Amino acid sequence: MPGLEDLYREIILDHYRNPRNRGELESPPAHRSEGFNPLCGDEIVVYLAADGTTIDDIRIAGQGCSISQSSASMMSAAVKGKTVAEARDLVKAFKAMMSIHEHELDGEDGAPEPAADTPELKLGDLEALRGVVKFPVRIKCATLSWNTLANVLNEIESASSRPQ
Amino acid sequence: MEARMSLDVARIKADFPILRRQVRDGRLVYLDSANTSQKPQAVIDAMAHYYENSNANVHRGTYLIAEEATAGLEGARAKVARFIGAASEREVIFTKNATEALNLVVKAWGRSHLKAGDPVVITELEHHANIVPWHQLVEEIGIELRWIPVGPDGHLDLTDLDRLLDGARVLSFAAMSNVLGTILPIDRLVAAARAVGAIAIIDASQYVPHVATDVQAWGADFVAFTGHKMCGPTGIGVLWGTEAILDDTPPFLTGGEMILNVTKEGFTVNELPWKFEAGTPPIAEAVGLGAAVDYLESVGMESIREHEVTLTGYALRTLTERLGDRLTIHGPAEPAERGGVLSFVVDDIHPHDLTQVFDQYGVCVRAGHHCAKPLMRSMGLGATARASLYLYNDEADVDALAAALESAADFFAF
Ligand SMILES: Cc1ncc(COP(=O)(O)O)c(C=O)c1O
Repeated sequence: MPGLEDLYREIILDHYRNPRNRGELESPPAHRSEGFNPLCGDEIVVYLAADGTTIDDIRIAGQGCSISQSSASMMSAAVKGKTVAEARDLVKAFKAMMSIHEHELDGEDGAPEPAADTPELKLGDLEALRGVVKFPVRIKCATLSWNTLANVLNEIESASSRPQ
Repeated sequence: MEARMSLDVARIKADFPILRRQVRDGRLVYLDSANTSQKPQAVIDAMAHYYENSNANVHRGTYLIAEEATAGLEGARAKVARFIGAASEREVIFTKNATEALNLVVKAWGRSHLKAGDPVVITELEHHANIVPWHQLVEEIGIELRWIPVGPDGHLDLTDLDRLLDGARVLSFAAMSNVLGTILPIDRLVAAARAVGAIAIIDASQYVPHVATDVQAWGADFVAFTGHKMCGPTGIGVLWGTEAILDDTPPFLTGGEMILNVTKEGFTVNELPWKFEAGTPPIAEAVGLGAAVDYLESVGMESIREHEVTLTGYALRTLTERLGDRLTIHGPAEPAERGGVLSFVVDDIHPHDLTQVFDQYGVCVRAGHHCAKPLMRSMGLGATARASLYLYNDEADVDALAAALESAADFFAF
């Protein structure tokens, strides 16, 4: 599609057509979080099974556009088997690629620093989503599953820091 | 031979400067008028003329241009009153938009008249503007919110209407759905509300711009609509109410303009309609809305409706012929029972992806839940693409949509 090649890269369409890790996990024991995009009604549910600090399994449910679905699919493949801390770094790196820096989100002011605190991570397939930045309304689609994942990671960390 | 007054759409298009715009090497194909309509030159000129010649605050200046500004505002009110068949200008209140008009009703009338357990009936196809304020009264007062369901044909399912209305204090519904285009059985619903002693509130945001409206014939208590969907500017909406109910409603926003007298001890409210218009009103916007009413009347609401029915029929046929089974268009199949609002899905392609491709062709269509999430959920849909027609659309616009749809369907085929 002329004009849209940066958005709809082949690998994105592949993940959209053949989503990885689609489904649900029994919760509990799995952690579960829902995300909504109020703009277009996309809804995503992330299920995450973590034994200690390692992400053993992840499943994605819900519905959405090619960008939100493929981003979720790639995300699930990228974080499976990683530690919670590594997954956090991936969230940061992905959002940085989407031109969202955590300190902006936190509402701190000051000039946006050049990704100094952003870990240099290999995003691999996820790099294909870089073109989304040129289509500002779609950034929310691409980051929906990542924000939802971040919520699950918060939940895991607060659960593990709670005295048993 | 019938002498049909069909619209000269080429001439109408020429009245809307934005439709001459080129986007992405093609012409702008604007199919999102249910979201907001485009503005004719006459409206743009009227507002510019007001600012260039008569700008002053209203109801307080003793000089010429202040009188002109006041005449502009009140003249617009008179035009709107005539346009919707109000009994008097006292019944026409200017608000910011339909959302504010509905909030006025719920928060000023509702809070002062409803108590815990009072049933309020709305429909599943309401815009969030006619849902969320009621949810607030559920939380604040404990009213009971009841829902008239929507059937698979896009019409209300009125099987249980009597039971739903039993004991109801309010029936509030959209005259036309902003998602399905469905025209609701207005007379039947108002009569049913009357029969149980409930007040009737009509959200006519999608109706007034497209179909000749006579609020007195409807016989409801309140009618809300919004200026920007009827060729007028943003920033102005209308609440119509009978004098009786407006007199029985306390003020909503308070401050300047809405008072007769203020002392250290208290205040006396102004007469209708100013009682509900606190602060400096949207003067230029009112002038623009008045010009929009003049424009729509000069074209003729009957001709506009007839044109839209014909074009909706053409769109339903053309899209179905060209996309076949891949396309599902929601809402009533019969053009006479609906407005020119076409919500559709193609295969499993997400509406956001469809409209992204449309944009490459300069075709403006909305994707999403259209601020009607309860309806989408009851239809089992997350989102639809929605093309909506108005007086300036023609068959070429529908053909452009069909071509863009085919192209998107091919691109995402798998
Ligand atoms: C049926 C209906 N009601 C209310 C509204 C709200 O209009 P506004 O946003 O101008 O307040 C809309 C517009 O989206 C609508 O379609």
